[in-house]
Amino acid sequence: MLDLTYDAPKPKIIAGAKQDWELVIGLEVHAQVATNAKLFSGASTLFGAEPNSNVAFVDAGMPGMLPVINEECVAQAVRTGLGLKADINLYSAFDRKNYFYPDLPPGYQISQLYHPIVGEGEVLVDMAPGIARVVRIERIHLEQDAGKSIHDMDPTMSFVDLNRTGVALMEIVSRPDIRGPEEAAAYVSKLRQIMRYLGTCDGNMQNGNLRADVNVSICQPGAYERYQETQDFSHLGTRCEIKNMNSLRFIQQAIDVEAKRQIAIVEGGGEVVQETRLYDPDKGETRSMRSKEEAHDYRYFPDPDLLPLEIEQSWVDDIASGLPELPDEKRLRFMEEFGLSEYDASVLTADVANAAYFEEVAQAGDGKLAANWVINELFGRLKKDDDKDITDSPVSPGQLRDIIALITKGDISGKIAKDLFEIVYTEGGNPAEIVDARGMRQVTDTGAIEAAVDEIIAANPAQVEKAKANPKLAGWFVGQVMKATGGKANPKAVNEIVAKKLGS
Amino acid sequence: MSIDTETARRVAKLARIAVDDADLPVLASELNGILNFMEQLNEVDVEGVEPMTSVTPMRLKRREDVVTDGSQQEAVLANAPDAREGFFAVPKVVE
Repeated sequence: MLDLTYDAPKPKIIAGAKQDWELVIGLEVHAQVATNAKLFSGASTLFGAEPNSNVAFVDAGMPGMLPVINEECVAQAVRTGLGLKADINLYSAFDRKNYFYPDLPPGYQISQLYHPIVGEGEVLVDMAPGIARVVRIERIHLEQDAGKSIHDMDPTMSFVDLNRTGVALMEIVSRPDIRGPEEAAAYVSKLRQIMRYLGTCDGNMQNGNLRADVNVSICQPGAYERYQETQDFSHLGTRCEIKNMNSLRFIQQAIDVEAKRQIAIVEGGGEVVQETRLYDPDKGETRSMRSKEEAHDYRYFPDPDLLPLEIEQSWVDDIASGLPELPDEKRLRFMEEFGLSEYDASVLTADVANAAYFEEVAQAGDGKLAANWVINELFGRLKKDDDKDITDSPVSPGQLRDIIALITKGDISGKIAKDLFEIVYTEGGNPAEIVDARGMRQVTDTGAIEAAVDEIIAANPAQVEKAKANPKLAGWFVGQVMKATGGKANPKAVNEIVAKKLGS
Repeated sequence: MSIDTETARRVAKLARIAVDDADLPVLASELNGILNFMEQLNEVDVEGVEPMTSVTPMRLKRREDVVTDGSQQEAVLANAPDAREGFFAVPKVVE
């Protein structure tokens, strides 16, 4: 078994006016659980429905309505926990987090403060071939999402849609193991990748199905290492939490901006105040969410409407046995089985659909060649074609496999194969039949090539004289022959024949 | 632990209950009475006793992941003081 060892990436260093500073970052990622119905009601989770149409009375906080848990939400949280190599807690419980906001009708969110369903785990966050950060997961708990308020439809009123109220979320809490903006973005995208493999969250950040709260603090070089040795937070600076970000780009920008703000405060002799902040991408600044200050007193208590959630080890084992191959394992297998580089294997396993497509193409063939074609030709072409998804590719894995087989058999040259690919992409059809019907087969018949070479030599006596004096000019003849044969001549044969004829 | 009028004011505010200043001292003393009773309960030794979560042995009831509810916009909005275009309309709250 191929064993990969990784070096930890260097922490990002930000130069202040007086000295260098390092960053310490921890994330709380909110991932919408992929299910049909909500966490505690039978209303649909479908995005984009008419306002307030996916709402059960329990979601609307109607008096006397009781929550009943959706077992699949629990299974999805367990699956996610197993995917992050985390401890699954057979006993967990729900608590009420109390606060008032119009999109939270009951006046409390049902969450898991004291007994989360998933305990400690870890994620390998790869930054470059051979370089990766192990980020520890502290916990994952299940909770309800809130509704949506729209503030720009009326000058004096806010409009509230409860369709999202009560949809299940997993809050994935990391330890402060992340040391730079790029690492933070890579961590979120690795979580997203794992959850998409598992099918537990669709990872759609635009729709808000994956959002992150980012905790940022700064410290002097060396302080973080003392924290890691002792797990004593007093070695670290005071953190600020930047709320609710749903873009990888904004996460990076916000961390950068926030770190610089904190450095300016500390170097100016001030102290960072622990608070919740909001990133404004238009102004490129973070600002305090003062309204959140008082709301921080959530007065949690165990939800009396819900018994503790007890699950059996055998049920967890069943879920574990049904887990798919995860990105890290798949990447390693691609490297071993197909001889791919770590980079190519990473590109191909970034998305589970890409990986499946590649495997179908590579089946019983040259894995490296298949990887080149999928990554360079197919991905490139799909990108040019309005960034089409691989699942909508006009070229099926079978067709691409046939094209590659024609190259390896020597029936077509690599250059012609690109033309053939374009024909299959735009017109469809059986690659081998297209090659025959359009006369694209490679000419390996030396007689035919020789005739073509003779013709070019006869037509260009002046060039022949020059080439005899300077053998480097032979390339011009090769080019002419390729042109005359429509690119179908075997380039290796042409080279040899041209060299022989000019030499004699 | 004892609750002064300031704490009582804060708790009332967090619970969105309007309390006149004149009523705060009474409220604080009632809350203190409750807390004192809890402190008395705290004196009982419960070492090794599992918290009781249900009077009869019961397992948390589960539902299947099937859409069985919703599509009742009118009923959901029926009691709203103000609703427009399918939304609840509330006085502007903006961050």
